[in-house]
Amino acid sequence: MKPAPFKYYAPVTVDEALAHLAEHGYEAKPLAGGQSLIPLLNFRLARPSVIVDLNNISELFYIRPDDGGLLIGAMTRQRQVEHDPLVAERAPLVHEVMPQIAYPQIRTRGTFGGSLAHADPSAELVAVNIALNGRFRLRSQAAERWVPADEFFVGLFTTALEPEELLVEVALPPMPPRSGWAFQQITRRHHDFCIAGVAVVVTLNDRGQCEQARMVFLSAGDRPVIAHQAAEMLKGHAPSPELIQAAAEKAARDEIDPGSDIHASAEYRRHLAGVLARRVLTQAFERAKARETGKSGNW
Amino acid sequence: MAKKYVGQRIKRNEDPRLLTGQALFVDDVDLPGMLHAAFLRSDYAHARLVSIDVSAARRRPGVVAVYTAEDMGDDWQHGPPLVSPPPTVKDIVFHSRTQVPLVKDKVRLAGEPLAMVIAESRYIAEDALDDIVVELEPLGAVVDLEEALQPDAPLVHDDLDSNLAAHLIQKKGDYAAAREQADVVISRRIVIDRGTAAAMENRGYVAHWNPKSQELTLWDTTQSPIPIRNGLARMFGLSEHQVRVIAPFVGGGFGPKIMMFYPEEVMVTWATLQLGRPVKWIEDRRENFYATNQEREQVHTAELALTRDGHILGLRDDFIHDTGAYDPYGLTVPLNTQCHAFGPYKIPNYYGDLKVVFTNRPIVSPLRGAGRPQGVFIIERLLDVAARELGIDPVEIRRRNLLPPDAFPYDNEIIDQAFVPLVYDSGNYLPVLEKAVEMIGYERFLKEEQPRLRAEGRHVGIGVVSFIETTGIGPYEGARVTVAPSGQINVATGVGTQGQGHFTSFAQIVADQLGVSPHDVHLVTGDTAQFHWGTGTFASRGAVVAANAIHAAAVTVRGKVLKLASKVLDTPEEELELVDGHVRVADIPQRSISLGQLAVLANPLRGAVEPGTEPGLEATAYFGPKYGATASGAHAAIVEVDPETMMVDVKRYVIVEDCGTLLNPLIVEGQLHGGLALGLGNSFYEKLVYDENGQLLNASFADYLLPTALEVPRAEVSHLETPSPLNPLGSKGVGEGGAIPVPAVFAQAVESALADYGLEILEAPLSPNRLFELLQAARVTRDA
Ligand SMILES: Cc1cc2nc3c(=O)[nH]c(=O)nc-3n(C[C@H](O)[C@H](O)[C@H](O)COP(=O)(O)OP(=O)(O)OC[C@H]3O[C@@H](n4cnc5c(N)ncnc54)[C@H](O)[C@@H]3O)c2cc1C
Repeated sequence: MKPAPFKYYAPVTVDEALAHLAEHGYEAKPLAGGQSLIPLLNFRLARPSVIVDLNNISELFYIRPDDGGLLIGAMTRQRQVEHDPLVAERAPLVHEVMPQIAYPQIRTRGTFGGSLAHADPSAELVAVNIALNGRFRLRSQAAERWVPADEFFVGLFTTALEPEELLVEVALPPMPPRSGWAFQQITRRHHDFCIAGVAVVVTLNDRGQCEQARMVFLSAGDRPVIAHQAAEMLKGHAPSPELIQAAAEKAARDEIDPGSDIHASAEYRRHLAGVLARRVLTQAFERAKARETGKSGNW
Repeated sequence: MAKKYVGQRIKRNEDPRLLTGQALFVDDVDLPGMLHAAFLRSDYAHARLVSIDVSAARRRPGVVAVYTAEDMGDDWQHGPPLVSPPPTVKDIVFHSRTQVPLVKDKVRLAGEPLAMVIAESRYIAEDALDDIVVELEPLGAVVDLEEALQPDAPLVHDDLDSNLAAHLIQKKGDYAAAREQADVVISRRIVIDRGTAAAMENRGYVAHWNPKSQELTLWDTTQSPIPIRNGLARMFGLSEHQVRVIAPFVGGGFGPKIMMFYPEEVMVTWATLQLGRPVKWIEDRRENFYATNQEREQVHTAELALTRDGHILGLRDDFIHDTGAYDPYGLTVPLNTQCHAFGPYKIPNYYGDLKVVFTNRPIVSPLRGAGRPQGVFIIERLLDVAARELGIDPVEIRRRNLLPPDAFPYDNEIIDQAFVPLVYDSGNYLPVLEKAVEMIGYERFLKEEQPRLRAEGRHVGIGVVSFIETTGIGPYEGARVTVAPSGQINVATGVGTQGQGHFTSFAQIVADQLGVSPHDVHLVTGDTAQFHWGTGTFASRGAVVAANAIHAAAVTVRGKVLKLASKVLDTPEEELELVDGHVRVADIPQRSISLGQLAVLANPLRGAVEPGTEPGLEATAYFGPKYGATASGAHAAIVEVDPETMMVDVKRYVIVEDCGTLLNPLIVEGQLHGGLALGLGNSFYEKLVYDENGQLLNASFADYLLPTALEVPRAEVSHLETPSPLNPLGSKGVGEGGAIPVPAVFAQAVESALADYGLEILEAPLSPNRLFELLQAARVTRDA
């Protein structure tokens, strides 16, 4: 389990890193926390001939307020996001999910942006960023562009990133008022990648009806799945247990496309997705209502 | 003699070194000029080797040598059988087929080594593997145990008529007649799957042939350094004096490291003999999944015949046992299964038909439990089904069948792994079971808690099982105890150590005899230059066989110390005592002499000694028990199941263990906690998944699920002590007991939690996905 030979660069600025990527294109891979990339190298499943190490680029490590929302530098360690008070306040869903990703040792090294760039359909941050309508800033030597989270993940371990581009920043908008959130997943062991999981953000209107429900499934296909039909069912109605049940069933039956593997059959995953969807919707609506009935404070 | 240290919870002598990174492991061995090996392994489980071209690999800069089977000439041999083949008893079939160092004609398991590259670094060696061009012609793989015996199955060994490796029928009493008389006969098909030991330290070897001194040194992660030394000497035509095998600290053995010889072990040694430079190979984790022995897969059709009031009349247990591609370890594992299906119960009639099959998978040899968990799972599952059918409480049906305290020694008649009828030396089973029942609060749970929780919509269940563990078998171990002039006590023994706390428990024994602190006892294990008689660490025998050899040697040294001190202090031996590293006159403590001074006097540099005098304060002793010591225990658990998600949460876990005299309760409990972790893995997490081509689908810790500290509950532990009459210390082994009954307890508790569904669990390990399927099926049956 030793990697194939590669050239190693350790730039200290984004510009420098982008220059290396521009020069080597498909031959190069950025190295963030290495918690996914290093195993791929050691198993020789990935054989880039150039590694561009991002760990010395200090301008990529930050968490900043941005209007009511947040800006997170791509190299910010997952552990730092987990313990950041601003994240706890403004992105409680992220705060709640962070400790469920892998183990403290992994999060100490693993980065916020690395998890997104890796685009594992079972990754918590992937689903959560879509549920929160996150936006990603991508840079190449030639240009910069913003991509919404739900357009970034295009397939299994595949994103909108071009080989010469870096993900440099994530913008999380503020959550609308009367919003509630929830996240649940089923893992074989604590902290494993999940066999089924759901992240949701719901918003109620001032009459207590569902205005929007953004429910995103993990491990439910080759990329995160947004349950649009279930959201339609909920929209404009006061959330009752029956309606929640029906929406959860709809999503699990018609919207996701989980595969079978040695840990779980598609049938079992579908079943779990339905159970979890019901549970997260129930919890999210309760939180939204609690918020509505005046339990004040920032998110 | 009063025991000051034996039986005490003493913290481990070795831990400061281990915890501060000061202990030597094989991978720490770094020698000048050392080369590194990597192995090219077959991607196919079953294939004919058509051609192999290593020329490009040989040309890669940094590569020193590339070897194939052809390059080995006459040194290419099949490994010797590890245990003696079974004696020719009536009705026995046994085909010995042992592993090869490198594949010559046919690949029999995925990962079998085809070629070895030796290079200046492991990186270069692995790069060179890519340069080798191999042509393999894939053959149909033998994977399923039952299909292996079908007439049209591909043959793992072409020279045999079938994949049958062994066939043995054991009988006791008259099972057919017992079945006739029975009020009820429970019959079930029960399957147990394969797992791996997953020791924290993988295997590793550093071999160094010094052409000038003509000496071969091998650092080896083996559990059996002395047999390895003897075997290598024979294999390569060296004298035993020329070969030194050192098993330094080893990061977990669990059984697979008893194996000899692993192909890599032979090849690394052979390579240093060719090159005269040290060669290192450290197994990586992926290799470990393919190249290190595994265990457990069996398919049973078992039957229990009982009276209406739950008394067992007879057991029939026909099963197929998977030995993998080769069978160097003979019948040890399945014989253990046969024996342990009797448990602590009185079972007068038995019929057991054992078939062992070759498959295209890694070799099967003992893995902590070594066939015992399977046997326990069989009898305990059958008892649970019987209890349900007869309307008897599961604990009560066990009580009714336990052997009474006056049954010992109890000859069970069935031959065990040593090929002699298994005799239980001693035991007191009912108090062990009752203690577990009391600790878990069995009656109250069933009467009050379970109904209350059920009313709250929660599914919480309980399980309690009894079991035995055969331990401490022969043939023998030895030890040498020496008092050094510094007053330190040096002890050398032949067994290897892989984390069992030998440096402490063995020291306690010596400390008691010689009146020193266990911290002043310095132990060397697993170095053939220090002690070269013995067999190894296996079958939970260290604390029985090696410990008693050490005890015997210490007793002799004590005699020598007293004899000399009596002369020096001019006092009869009876009036002397050994305290704080000194011998002193009991009534006049100021009249004393230190052990160190005595050691100097016992080894004079000049002058005359009496004829027949042996120098020094030293003794070597051996111990071989008449037969093994049989420990026992009971485990109990409370689990909660979420029938929506199939997640199982172990709320409480109780272990009551009787391993005879406790040498160090802290160490015993360490064994139990660690065993429980493996047992829980075997219950719900750890399963090697092979596809129909014999490909392992989960060869990494991302997919082979070892339970972590977060999954394993903290066990509540209690001990009873029924000493073994077969050894002076009265000890029995406990290395495997923590793991053995766990799948049986787990299954019973999950069934209890899901009693509403009438679920039967007839397999181990279970998984959430399997539970989902079983529950779906049970719902269909229930609603029909
Ligand atoms: C034992 C273990 C358990 C884990 N469990 C979980 C879990 O439960 N949930 C979970 O979500 N994850 C889990 N992970 C993965 C972990 O969260 C990783 O840290 C994460 O997926 C990748 O982040 P990284 O910073 O380590 O990225 P790396 O491994 O360094 O990189 C991953 C990929 O992203 C690319 N990349 C990284 N950063 C950028 C960037 N800024 N721009 C462009 N491309 C980039 C790399 O080139 C590479 O292809 C686990 C990992 C381990 C080892």
